[in-house]
Amino acid sequence: MLTYLLRRVAFLVVTLFLASVALFLLLRLLPGDPANALLSVGATPQQIAAARHEIGSDRPLPQQFVTWLGQVATLNLGHSFVSTLPVGPQIASRLAVTVPLTLLAFALAVVIAVPVGFVAAYRSRRWYGALLGGLSQLGIAVPVFWVGVLLVTVFALKLRVSPSGGFPQDDWADPGAALNDLALPVVTIALVMSASLIRYVRSATLDVLDSDYLRTSRALGSSFVSAVWRHGVRNAAVPVISILGIELATTFLGAVVVESVFALPGLGSMLVQGIAEHDYPVIQGVLLVSTFAVLVIGFLADLAQRIIDPRLRAPHLAAAR
Amino acid sequence: MSLLDVTGLSVHAPDGRALVRDLSFSIGPGDRLGLIGESGSGKSLTALAVMGLLPPGMTASGSVLLDAPGLPATEVIGAPARRLNQLRGRAATVVFQEPLTALDPLMRVGRQVAEPLRRRRGLRGAALREAAVAALAEVRLGEPERIARAYPHEISGGQRQRVAIAMALACEPALLIADEPTTALDVSVQADVLSLLASLISARGMALLFITHDLAVVAGVTDRVVVLRDGAAVESGTVRDIVTAPREPYTRDLVASARVFDEALSRRKP
Amino acid sequence: MSAVIQAPIRPAVRRRRPVTLAVGCVLAGVIVAVAVVSLFWLPYPPSDVSGGRLAGPGAGHLLGTDKLGRDLLTQLMIGARIALAVGCGSIALGGILGVAAGLAAGFATRWLDDTIAAALDILIAFPVLLVAMLLVAARGASLSSAIVAIGLGSSAIVARLTRVLVKRILAQDFVTAARTSGTSWPRIVLEHVLPNIWPTLVVNLALQLGVAVLAEASLSYLGLGAPPPNESWGRMLQEAQATVLTAPLGAIAPGVLLILLVIGVNLIADGLRDVADPTRRRSR
Repeated sequence: MLTYLLRRVAFLVVTLFLASVALFLLLRLLPGDPANALLSVGATPQQIAAARHEIGSDRPLPQQFVTWLGQVATLNLGHSFVSTLPVGPQIASRLAVTVPLTLLAFALAVVIAVPVGFVAAYRSRRWYGALLGGLSQLGIAVPVFWVGVLLVTVFALKLRVSPSGGFPQDDWADPGAALNDLALPVVTIALVMSASLIRYVRSATLDVLDSDYLRTSRALGSSFVSAVWRHGVRNAAVPVISILGIELATTFLGAVVVESVFALPGLGSMLVQGIAEHDYPVIQGVLLVSTFAVLVIGFLADLAQRIIDPRLRAPHLAAAR
Repeated sequence: MSLLDVTGLSVHAPDGRALVRDLSFSIGPGDRLGLIGESGSGKSLTALAVMGLLPPGMTASGSVLLDAPGLPATEVIGAPARRLNQLRGRAATVVFQEPLTALDPLMRVGRQVAEPLRRRRGLRGAALREAAVAALAEVRLGEPERIARAYPHEISGGQRQRVAIAMALACEPALLIADEPTTALDVSVQADVLSLLASLISARGMALLFITHDLAVVAGVTDRVVVLRDGAAVESGTVRDIVTAPREPYTRDLVASARVFDEALSRRKP
Repeated sequence: MSAVIQAPIRPAVRRRRPVTLAVGCVLAGVIVAVAVVSLFWLPYPPSDVSGGRLAGPGAGHLLGTDKLGRDLLTQLMIGARIALAVGCGSIALGGILGVAAGLAAGFATRWLDDTIAAALDILIAFPVLLVAMLLVAARGASLSSAIVAIGLGSSAIVARLTRVLVKRILAQDFVTAARTSGTSWPRIVLEHVLPNIWPTLVVNLALQLGVAVLAEASLSYLGLGAPPPNESWGRMLQEAQATVLTAPLGAIAPGVLLILLVIGVNLIADGLRDVADPTRRRSR
C-alpha cells in the first residue's frame, strides 16, 4: 500500500507538471502576442517592444517557462493585464465563493441521489421506482444553466423568496447572507448533478440486490435489512466512489457556468471575463488552479477506491487494468 | 415426522410460464435426498422456493412445510419475512454453486464465517474469533488463521467452497441444501469437497438435499433420488433402483450416458 | 454422460422490440429534420428585425420574437443547425482521433502503451468543458474552435475505450489463429478488430454527441461559443435571460429543444446497446 501511495503521488506530481507545461504552451503558442492586450491599436514598434519586454515574451520560450514555474512555485501568478491587480489573491477570494458552492452542491446531490437511487433500484418494478429511474435519465440531458434560469424566474423573480443573484461584498462576514445568496445556485447544480449520480447509485444497488453474496447472507438467516447493511452498502459504494472524482469535477464545471447565471463572483466568472478580455495572466492562473484541483480530486478518489476495495490491492489484478 | 414436506410445488416466471410443476417430495431428519436434472429443469428454483428466496417476480404455489426441531412448523410459501428469517439458518441453509460470487468480496473470510456463528451461538470478541477459526479448521482448511484473515479472491475455489460450507454449518441447520456445490470446482478438488460434505453431514446427523446434474455424484452422496425434467418429477426412488432399473425413458438415458462415460474412463485406465 | 453445464437461473431473455431506439430516433430525428429544413427555408431571414421586440406568439411569428425583434422560430431553427453541426463535427473528430490513438495504443509495445494510457488518464480527468474553454481562450470564439475543442475532449474518452477493446480482441484466440495462418496486421485490423469494436464505439459516440451538444450550449451561454449570426441555443438563452418574465418563451424554448435532442440521442445510444447485446441486464 505504501509503495502504491508513493507511486501515485509521484504520478500526481508528474501530471501536475505536464499540465502546467501544456497550459503554458497552449497560451503562448497562439496567434497574437500577449503584449497586444496591453496596448491600444496603432502602437509604435517601440511601444510593442517595451510591452513585450515587460511581459517577458521577448525571451526564449524555455526561459519564460522556467521563470513562470518559479513564479508559480512561490504562488506568484502574475498581474492582470486589465486591472493590474495581482492574480493570486484575486483567485483566492474567488475560491471563497466557488469552493463552498461546489462542495455544498455536491453534498446536496449525494444526499438526494442515494435514497432516490436506492428506491429506483429496489422498487424498479413499481411505477414510482421506474419513474424515478426515468426521471434521472431525463435529468442528465438538462443543461444546468437552463435550470438556473428557470429557478431564478420562479423563485427569485416571481415568488421573490430568493435573491436573483450577486454575493455579499464582504464575502463570508455574514454567513447567513452569503448562504442565502448561494442557496438557489446550490440547488440548481445539485438537481442536475443528482440525476447523474442517481443513475450510478441505482445501477450499483441493482447489482447488489441481484448479488449472490446477498442471497448467501439471507440464506444463512440474515434479515434483508441487515444483509444489505452489512454487505450491500460497501459493495455498492465501490462503483459509486470510482466515479465520484469525475462527478465532483463536473460539479465544479457546473459551478463555473452557474456563476454566470447568478452573477456570483467566483472562479468561473473570473475565467469567463478573462477569456473575453484576453487577460492571459488571469486565464492562466484560473486554469492552473482548476487543473490542480481536478487532478488532486482524481488522486483522492483513486485513493478512496483503493482503500475500500481490497481486490484492487492485489498485484495481479492491478496489472489487468 | 418429516423435516421438509413439499407438496404440489409450482414456480411460475413473471410471464406466467411454469418453471417447476407440481413437485412433491419429503425429507425426514437425517435423510439424504438427491434432486437430479439438466440445467433448466428447475432444480435450483426448487431449492430457492424451499428457502423462500425466489427472485422477485417469480411466484410459488403449493405447499412447503418446514418442521425443524425447536421451531414451529411453518408453511414457507406466503410466510411473513420475520418468520422466514428465523427459519433460515436454523431449519435449513444453502451452499450455492459458485463460491466466488457467493462470498462478499470486500469482507475477510473470517468475518463472514463469524456472522452466522454470532447469530447462532451468541459469541462475541475473542471467543467469536476463535470459533470462526475452529469452524474453518473443521472443513479441513489448512492454516485456518491465515485463511480467516484473507479475502475471498485471495484463496482458491476449493477453499472458498469449504468456507461456504463452514458458514452453512455454523448455523447448525437441521437440513442442508447443496445446490451443485462442486460443479464450479476443478475436477481434482471435487471429490475432496464431496467427501468432506458427506462426512460432516453424517457426523452431525443433518438431513441433506443435494441438487446436481451429475448422476455419478448424487449416487455417492445420497440414498434417494428424484429425477426432474422441465420442472416436473419424472421418477423417484432409491439410488440403487434408479441406477439398476430405471423405469422412465429419460432416467434411462441419464443412466446410460453416465455408464458410457464410466466405461470410457475405465477403458482408458492403464 | 449428459453434457450439461448448470447455468445460473435467469429469467429467459426475449427479443425486446426496439422501443427505446425508435423513440430516440423520433426525438432526434425531429431536430435533424428541422435543421435540414432550415438549410433550405426559414420563416424569416436570420437578421430580419421587423417583428417588433419581444412580441408574443401570434400571426406572423409562430413563437414570437426575441429582444432584437428577430423571429424566434427562425432563431431556433438556426440553432438546431449549430447544435448538430458542433455535435456531429466534434464526435467525428473525436471518433477519428480517438480510434486512431486507441488502435495505436492497443498495438503498441508495453512501454509506449503505458505512456499513452497515462496521458489519456490525464486528459480524461479534464472535463470536456474545461478543455473547450482552454482552446477557445487560445483560438478565440468561433464555430470551428468549439468543434475542435469539444472534439479533442471526446477523443480522449474514445481513445481509452478503443484501447481497452483492442487489447481485449487481440488477446482472443481467433486473432492468434489468424496471425499463425499468415494474415497481415492491417487485414486483421480490418477483418477482426474493427468489426468487433464498432458497435460499442458507436454507442459511446452517440452518448458523446449528447455531451458535445450540452458542452457547446454551455460555451455559448458563457459567450465563448460561435458568435452571431451563428446563434446557438445556448446564446439565445443567455440573451433571453434578462427578459424572461415578459417573454418566457425565448428562455424556455431553447432549453426544451436541447433536452429533446440530448434525450433522443441518449435513447438512441441505449437502444443500440440493447440491440447489440440483448442479454445485458437493462440498467435503465
